[in-house]
Amino acid sequence: MKHRENYSLNIKRRELYGLIASIFAFGLAATLPIFNTGYVLSLGVTIVMYTVLSTSWALFSGPTHYISLATAAFFGIGMYIVGGGLEIYSFPILIAIAGCVGAILAALIGLATLRLSGVYFVIFTLGLSELIRQLVTWAQTTMGTSSGLYVLIDVTESQIYWELLTIAAFVFLIGWCINRSKIGFALKIIGNDEKVARHVGINTAAVKIVLFMISGSIASITGAILAPRWTYIEPTIAFSPMLSFLVVIMALIGGAHRLWGPILGVIPFALCWDFITAKFPNQTALMLGLAFLLIVYAIPHGFAGLGEKYWGKFKHWRDFRV
Amino acid sequence: MDIVIVGILLGGAYALMAMGLQLQYGVAKIMNLANGEMLVAGSFAAFWFFTSAQVSPLLAILVVAPMAFIFNWLVYKIFMRYLVKKARSEGQLEVNSILSTFGQSFILVGLMLALFGGEYFSYSYLEKPYTLFGQPYELNRVVAFLFAIFFCCVLYFWLNRTRLGLTLRAVSVNPEASGLVGIDVPNISALAFGLGGAVTAVGGSLLSMFLTFDASVGVIFTMKALVIVIMGGVRDIRGTILVAFILGLTETAVASLIDPGLTLAAAYLLFILILLFRPEGIFGKRST
Amino acid sequence: MSNSVALSFQNVTKNFGGLTAVDKVNFDIRDNEVFGLIGPNGSGKTTVLDLVSGLLRLSSGKIISYDKKISGKTSAQIARRGVSRTFQLVRMLPTLNVKENIASGGVFGFRRYRRKELDRKVNYMMSQVGLTGKGMLPITMLTYIDQKRVELARALMSDPKIILLDEWLAGLNPTEMKIGINLISGIRYEGRTVVVVEHHMEAIRSLCDRCIVMNSGQTIAEGKPNEVLNDERVISAYLGVGNA
Repeated sequence: MKHRENYSLNIKRRELYGLIASIFAFGLAATLPIFNTGYVLSLGVTIVMYTVLSTSWALFSGPTHYISLATAAFFGIGMYIVGGGLEIYSFPILIAIAGCVGAILAALIGLATLRLSGVYFVIFTLGLSELIRQLVTWAQTTMGTSSGLYVLIDVTESQIYWELLTIAAFVFLIGWCINRSKIGFALKIIGNDEKVARHVGINTAAVKIVLFMISGSIASITGAILAPRWTYIEPTIAFSPMLSFLVVIMALIGGAHRLWGPILGVIPFALCWDFITAKFPNQTALMLGLAFLLIVYAIPHGFAGLGEKYWGKFKHWRDFRV
Repeated sequence: MDIVIVGILLGGAYALMAMGLQLQYGVAKIMNLANGEMLVAGSFAAFWFFTSAQVSPLLAILVVAPMAFIFNWLVYKIFMRYLVKKARSEGQLEVNSILSTFGQSFILVGLMLALFGGEYFSYSYLEKPYTLFGQPYELNRVVAFLFAIFFCCVLYFWLNRTRLGLTLRAVSVNPEASGLVGIDVPNISALAFGLGGAVTAVGGSLLSMFLTFDASVGVIFTMKALVIVIMGGVRDIRGTILVAFILGLTETAVASLIDPGLTLAAAYLLFILILLFRPEGIFGKRST
Repeated sequence: MSNSVALSFQNVTKNFGGLTAVDKVNFDIRDNEVFGLIGPNGSGKTTVLDLVSGLLRLSSGKIISYDKKISGKTSAQIARRGVSRTFQLVRMLPTLNVKENIASGGVFGFRRYRRKELDRKVNYMMSQVGLTGKGMLPITMLTYIDQKRVELARALMSDPKIILLDEWLAGLNPTEMKIGINLISGIRYEGRTVVVVEHHMEAIRSLCDRCIVMNSGQTIAEGKPNEVLNDERVISAYLGVGNA
C-alpha cells in the first residue's frame, strides 16, 4: 500500500537509502570533468543546468499546479546581474545578489497573480520574460551603445559544472526538507484542495509565494553561474522563452509530483533536444509540441508516475503470486 | 490625431482576434494558447492566395474561414473533448488545456516553418494612400478595419439576436444548467471552438494586409488576445471590443512616442494594472 | 457556562449580482450551545456558514465572534481564531491517507500540534469518530459515512471554539443517523459551540438548544426547536404559502 509520512515523523530507512544513493550519484557525477572536458562535459553542464531548473520549478509547480513560464525571466536577470556587475563586485557576491533579486521578483509576481486563477499566472509569466527582454533591449540601445554585455571572467567549463552540481545538491536538499516540513504538508493540502487548505488555517497565498520565491531565486542563481559560459550575453540569449518551455516539459515528462521526478525527464529530453537541434534545427518547435501532447495525453504523471504504476503492479504480483 | 486613427485602425483587427479567443474560452471553456498560431495561419493563407494566384485577401477569407472552422472543430472533437471528459476538476482541465494547446501551438509553428521557412513575410495589397481627416493613411489598413468591424458587428448580432447565439451564450454562462434544459453542450462547445478559430484566422488574414509576419510570431498575438480578453472581462463582448481599441491606441502611442520595441511592454503594463486593481476585467462582474 | 456570545450577526447581507441570498440577518449564537439553522433549499443557510467561515465576503453588515469582528478576515485567519467547519459535499484530500487527512486540521489552525502530540491527537480523534484502525487507508477507499467522519475529525483537530456543520447528517441511513447525532452532541460537552445546518427535523429536535428558520434570505422564526417547528410561518415556508 502506498503511504507517505506526515511531516512530523522521523527519518525512515528507505529515505536513508535514498540519501546514500543520492550522495553516491552526486559523487559519481562530480568526476565527469576528469574524463572529458569537451563535448560530454558541455552536455553535462546542460543536463545539470536543466536538472536544477526543472527540479526547482517542480518544487513550486508540482504541488500547486501553477505552470510558471517565468524561468527565462529569472535566468536572464541572473545572467545580466553578473554581466553588469562584474566591474564592481566579485563573482560570488553577484551570485548572491542574483538569488536575492530573483526572490524579490518572484514575490512581486506572486503578490500580483497568485491569488487569481491559474490562467492569469501562466499568461503573466509567459509574457514576463518577453516584457523584461524588451525593456532590457530598449534600455541598452537607448542608454548604451551595444546590444549586449561582455562577461570577461576566467571560469572554466569544469568549474561551472561543479558549481551547478553544488546548486543541484542544494536544490535536492531543500526539496527534501520541504517535503518533511510543515510547509511541505501545507503544499500537499493546497495541491489537493485549496478551499480545505484555507479552512484548516493555511495562509495559502503566503505558502505559494514562499515556494515561488525559492524557485525563482534558484533560477536566477543558475543564470548567474552560467553567465561566464557565454562571453557575450544578449537579451535574446538570456531571456530566451524556449528555456521556460523546456524546463516545463522536462519537469512534467519526468514527473513533477516527486522530488526525483524531473531528473528522469531532463536526461532523456536534453539528449534528444541536443540531437534534434544539431540535426534538424527547423523541427525543434514540432518536437516541443509533440512533447507537450505526450505529457497531456500519454503520460500525465510523467516517467515517475509510469514507473510507480508498474512498480506497484510488480510488487502486487510478487507478493500475491502463489 | 494620427496616433488615434492608426490606433483605432489597428484595434479593429485586434478586436476580431480577441473575439475568437473569447468564444473559445467563454463558451468552450478552453484557454486556447494556439490562438495566435491560428491567426498566423490565416495570415499565411492570405499571403499564399495573394502571391500564388493574385487572389485578394478579402476573397481569401471566404476560404480561410471555413477551413479554420473545420480545423478547430476537429481539434476540439479530437483533443479537447477528451480532456473535458477526463477532467475531475476545473483546475485540472485548465492545466491540461493549457499544456495541450501549447503543444498544438508549437506543432503549428513547426508545420508553418516547414512549409514556408523562417523568414519574414509581407505583400503589398491596396498600398495606396487614403485621406482621412486631412491625413493620408494606407488604404489596406482602412479596408481591413472596416471588414473587421463588419465581422464584429455580425458576430455580436448573431450572438444576441439568434437562437443559436442565445444557446452559445447560455453555455457560456452555465454549462451544467444548459445541459439540463436540453442544450447539446459538447456540440455547442465544439461549434464555438471552431467558430472562434475561424474568427481569429479571419483576423489574421486582415492583419496580414498591413503587418509583416513570420511563422513564430503567433505567441505575441496569443498574449495580446489573452490580455484583451482578460482585461475586457471574460464574458463581455463589448468589453473585449473596447479593450482591443485601448490596446491598439496604447501600442500605437508607445511605438510612435517612445520606441516601437516596447509595444508588448505597454500591453503588459496595462495587464498588470488591471490584474492589480480590477482582476475581474473592466466590465466583468466582481465574482465572489 | 459563560454567557458570552459565540457569534453575533449584525445586519448581515450577501448579494450575488441581483440576488440577495442573505438579507439583513440579525441573531446571536450563545457560547456552548448547539444552534440549528434550518429552512427550505435556497433559503441562505449555507451562505450564512460560508460568510462565517470566510469563504464568502459580506456585502454589508458584520459578524462578531467573542467580541472580535471576524467578517472581512480571510478563511485562514478565521480558522486560526477557532472557527472550523465541514462542507455540504465532503471535501477530502485524495492523495493523502486517512491519518494525514485528519492531521491536516491540527497543524495550521487554532490549536497546533507537532510530532508525537500530533500523532496522539490524530489517533484520539479517530477513536472519537469511530475510525480506529483505518488510519493508513487511502481516503478514496472509505465509505461515505467514514468520509464524513474524517471531515468531522479534521474540523475538530484544532480544538475549535466554534464548529460549523453543513448538513453533516444528510445522506446517512437511520442507524448512521443515530451514531451521527450522538457524535455531534458529544462535541458540545467538550465545551464547543456547534452550529448545524440540517434538514432532518428529528435531528434538530434532539440536538439543538435553539434554532433559527430562514426563508428567502431572511430569518422568519427563532427559538427552541419545538416552538419554532410548530410556528405557522415556518410550516408555510416549508410547504409553500398556498398549502398553509
